[in-house]
Amino acid sequence: MSMPFYVAPEQFMKDKADYARKGIARGRALVAAVYDAGIVLAAENPSTNLHKVSEIYDRIAFAGVGRYNEFDQLRVAGVQHADSKGYQYSREDVDARALANLYAQHLGLVFTHEAKPFEVEILVAEVAPSPDGDQLFRVLYDGTVSDETNFSALGGDSETIGERMTAAFEAGWTLAAALKASVGALAGPERTLAAADLEVAVLDRAAPRRAFRRLTDGEVESLLA
Amino acid sequence: MTLPFFPPTDSPGPDFARLLGRVGLQPVVPQGDGASLAPHATTIVALRYVDGVVMAGDRRATAGTDIAHRGVEKVFPADRHSGVAIAGSAGMAIEMVKLFQVQLEHYEKINGNALSLEGKANQLAQMIRSHLPMAMQGFVIVPLFAGYDTRRHVGRIFTYDATGGRYEETDFNATGSGGRDARLTIKLGWNPDMERAAAIELAVQALYEAADEDSATGGPDVVRGIYPTVATITESGYTAVTVEEVAERFAALVQRRSESAGGNVP
Repeated sequence: MSMPFYVAPEQFMKDKADYARKGIARGRALVAAVYDAGIVLAAENPSTNLHKVSEIYDRIAFAGVGRYNEFDQLRVAGVQHADSKGYQYSREDVDARALANLYAQHLGLVFTHEAKPFEVEILVAEVAPSPDGDQLFRVLYDGTVSDETNFSALGGDSETIGERMTAAFEAGWTLAAALKASVGALAGPERTLAAADLEVAVLDRAAPRRAFRRLTDGEVESLLA
Repeated sequence: MTLPFFPPTDSPGPDFARLLGRVGLQPVVPQGDGASLAPHATTIVALRYVDGVVMAGDRRATAGTDIAHRGVEKVFPADRHSGVAIAGSAGMAIEMVKLFQVQLEHYEKINGNALSLEGKANQLAQMIRSHLPMAMQGFVIVPLFAGYDTRRHVGRIFTYDATGGRYEETDFNATGSGGRDARLTIKLGWNPDMERAAAIELAVQALYEAADEDSATGGPDVVRGIYPTVATITESGYTAVTVEEVAERFAALVQRRSESAGGNVP
């Protein structure tokens, strides 16, 4: 009769976390930053069709790094949740906080109960009428939620990128300034990133309803110039 | 609420109506005749012009011979490049529009690109067909759908019957109780080279004639400042024509009529 090897729970969790972290670190990073007229989300992503940043609802955007099929599954569930909630109650009742909590619950559940954790880190951003009301929720592979202010960095090397953003951030900066700083933080001192290597979208504070808008390579180029 | 997760083999995908069924939000179909339960919304028109389509609708809802509501909206944006106007059982029609709007946006967000205009028209046809049991109970809905086809660069108009039959119109149409008079007015005044101003003028005139002949169609309500809804759909999207502009058109029309007829013509 064979007996399974005993693995201490601490070790078991640590192994899972290491596995998820390694998967996430292989992918490229993403930065979201609050600026005077909205929130900008910039990701290093050479693909023009497989998006890391997308629209969830009128004033809510989703961004994910790590394994594409996993965060895309989360994105679709988010859109389905938001649309059915907005239809059932009212469009105003759909909020980023509730969605971030649902993501956290799901990721936490998968992390503890399933053999393989999600290798993703996601961001739920909601734009408000003024910058101090903007919300950025970062959710990690194990369901840890953090409420970030001003900016948020996700993915491999997010700590270093976050430090670069801390150094560069200025309250009330313009889209061009925020995007330049975000791209600079993503690239680091040794590299430069061109518009074609980037996926950029904004949540436009002044938009009457659907605030999410993708920026074309041309727009990104002129903002970075 | 929980996050709706479905296995890949059994996911509603971009179909919002199916998603509603899966999360338990679909209404039940009642028995018996309920035609008298809900107010009726009436005359709506759509016509093509050089830049796209003009849609318009009066503002009256009736319940039998009563005026149930004077300010009902019957013309709605469906998404950026299309609009939908409703005639028939008001409450359910407005609910269908709401579902249709969410469905188009839902598809666009899940799939990453918008449906073609043809696809949107078919989607609405399917919604009307699935509404057929309710139509048999007396809650008939006959919408008009129009939009700017961004792939063919042309405005297109679709009409429907209560069973979900979908018919593409060549240039214009009108439905609802005053639809016959409105359609005739447009037929006599329409030409393919119409600019925006002329097209709006003709839509306004069609609604005026419908209100003149049909008691269920509301004319311009000068006392309360309620005027028919008019919207244009072009390459740059759905735009509602301002109340001021519509009021001006009606004022000019009434002026012309009273001068030429002297108030004595039947």
